[in-house]
Amino acid sequence: MLEGIIGTLQVRDLGRMRYGDALAIQENLVEQRKRGLIPDQLLFVEHSHVITQGRNGHAANLLASDDALRSAGIEFYPTNRGGDVTYHGPGQIVGYPILDLREWKRDVVAYVRAIEQVIIEALAEFSIFAGRVPGCTGVWVDGRKVAAIGVHISRWVTSHGFALNHTTDLRYFQYIVPCGLTKPVTSMQELGSGSSREAVMAALSNHFTQQFQPSRDLEEAGLSYTETYS
Amino acid sequence: MTDVVMPQMGESIVEGTLTKWLKKAGEHVDRDEPLFEISTDKVDTEIPSPTAGVLKEVLVEEGKTVAISTVVGRIEEGAGNGASAPAPAAAKAAPAPAPSNPAPAPPAASAAKAPAAPPEPEPLPEPVAHSAGPYPIPVEEPAPAVEAESPAGPLSPLVRKMAREYGIDLKQVKGSGAGGRITKQDLEAYMSAQGARTMAQSSAPPPAAAPTAPAAPAVYSPSVPTAPPPPPAPMPRAEAPRARVEPMSVMRQRIADHMVMSKRTSAHVTTVHKTDMTKIAKMRERNKAEFQARYGYSLTFLPFVAKAAAEAIRHFPILNASIEGTNIIYHNEINIGIAVALENGLIVPVIRNADEKNVVGLQRSIVDLSTRARSRQLKPDEVQGGTFSITNFGSFGSVFATPVINQPQVAILGVGAVEKVPVVVDDAIAIRSVAYLALTFDHRLIDGALADQFTGKVKSILENWSDEVL
Repeated sequence: MLEGIIGTLQVRDLGRMRYGDALAIQENLVEQRKRGLIPDQLLFVEHSHVITQGRNGHAANLLASDDALRSAGIEFYPTNRGGDVTYHGPGQIVGYPILDLREWKRDVVAYVRAIEQVIIEALAEFSIFAGRVPGCTGVWVDGRKVAAIGVHISRWVTSHGFALNHTTDLRYFQYIVPCGLTKPVTSMQELGSGSSREAVMAALSNHFTQQFQPSRDLEEAGLSYTETYS
Repeated sequence: MTDVVMPQMGESIVEGTLTKWLKKAGEHVDRDEPLFEISTDKVDTEIPSPTAGVLKEVLVEEGKTVAISTVVGRIEEGAGNGASAPAPAAAKAAPAPAPSNPAPAPPAASAAKAPAAPPEPEPLPEPVAHSAGPYPIPVEEPAPAVEAESPAGPLSPLVRKMAREYGIDLKQVKGSGAGGRITKQDLEAYMSAQGARTMAQSSAPPPAAAPTAPAAPAVYSPSVPTAPPPPPAPMPRAEAPRARVEPMSVMRQRIADHMVMSKRTSAHVTTVHKTDMTKIAKMRERNKAEFQARYGYSLTFLPFVAKAAAEAIRHFPILNASIEGTNIIYHNEINIGIAVALENGLIVPVIRNADEKNVVGLQRSIVDLSTRARSRQLKPDEVQGGTFSITNFGSFGSVFATPVINQPQVAILGVGAVEKVPVVVDDAIAIRSVAYLALTFDHRLIDGALADQFTGKVKSILENWSDEVL
């Protein structure tokens, strides 16, 4: 069972969901997080075909007309996250961390690097050795992008997040220049991993917890995921 | 007029791109209302207004990248009346910083120009501008520029957090870690020493900053000759003089929160059934030596109770449910959490699919999970997903207790000590091994009659244990 509370982190799997529906859930949780009503969240979701455009997006990076997208069964959504246009679809593991960075580090760049680290460490469990490309946020394997990152922050509460290509049909990326970069994309499947979606999500959750509750202090390590009774 | 500056959103960040003004010049903005958005490295951030008033000047256009601390706009407080405001035309003439300009002043210098404001009562939610001039972001953690003056070595997040929570000036703390690094123990030692000093009404000169002053402003104050900080008043404490003050551990805080949350959430009722464990006691006695030799650990009563509970849950699945809003969630898996006492707290690792295991398998899981719980080697997924819990307070000699439900579960079974007592059997007095089983259930979902049927079922399975099954 993937879902549950790990210490102060609540992990949920929304399953397959349209972008707009997941966005509504996300926005609702962000509001609750801002008010301190809920702990940090990590949402997993698999979107149906959609192309989203970040605040810094350039229409030139969208290579197809609205009509062409519609006829290919792809939705289009402008959003308030960072980054340029990107594609989400079946076979992709999309993660939306909703964290109050005041409880971690007030550093947006450190946050993006930490998300990359989580994905790099999780991929290593499946024998995929990924890394960073300076100046190109995301997670890369041999010059190909396996995970994209785009984040929005309001009152130090994060939203949006990352999209890891697990078994994504990479042909859908032909409609865009991903995040404005004319570099190829790849997926875990293309890299030879036959891992299940559940296994990858579990690895991501574990590394996520370690990354954002990093104290090796004995006391905290055991307790960061304490569930109690008396 | 209050300057609005490009905030520093992280230690390594030197510039930011202003992507969007959320207010237009001339519009009113409330304090903390989102004023503009900036972008750094795939992160878009909404920046709230530092003050309430009218956005008089927009000095940096959308799309421009400027160094941190650059003034991007000005707000006039006191909404609406423009009488005392400088003419907007004059403001327009103010040179807007070119995108490529370096920061107007290095952060350290700007810090020195800023008057040492009295400590903010509350840490501000977001980086905001100060009206007095360019000022790096007023985060509690020392910004890079100040790091030089701050204690040796980097600080762990835990230390920063503690310093923030307890308002400790880290400069006053001696570090005992590598390279003079401040550890959690140093902070605790400092706090108890500090507590002792104030309680004893010591006449020693007060430290440069009162223990309750937030760290950041204190770091700046020594370099500001013109505006000395207000004299730190000694903080008399209300506690009795012979008390010792100690911060709760993170675990203790979590336990405290969870307990109160559970008591507030569920309608706790406990029912107790006296259970004759003689049959199991005898069987355990017979198999003890062989079991220990064969598996390397001893056979206890607990796996029998877990097995009986899992079996009874199959008959009464509502004991394995949760409440979500007005829905009842019946869990398909029977995942039994076993409470494990730690030195200064407790943890409830979970035996997954407990109904599929026999007594040997359950005993093995219990030994493995509790050993690793005590050595802090449990994986996060081993303490999640429990659907029912068992607590074995009998091992500490308790006869019966009223446990608190482990949310979001709806029941917890407590096992009392197994004791030999005289009981009446067929009008004769016999010596039997007896234990009390205490079931705490959530009366919102489970009625008393059902809870007793369930506990009766557990009791009956234990009392009529079939010899062959281990």
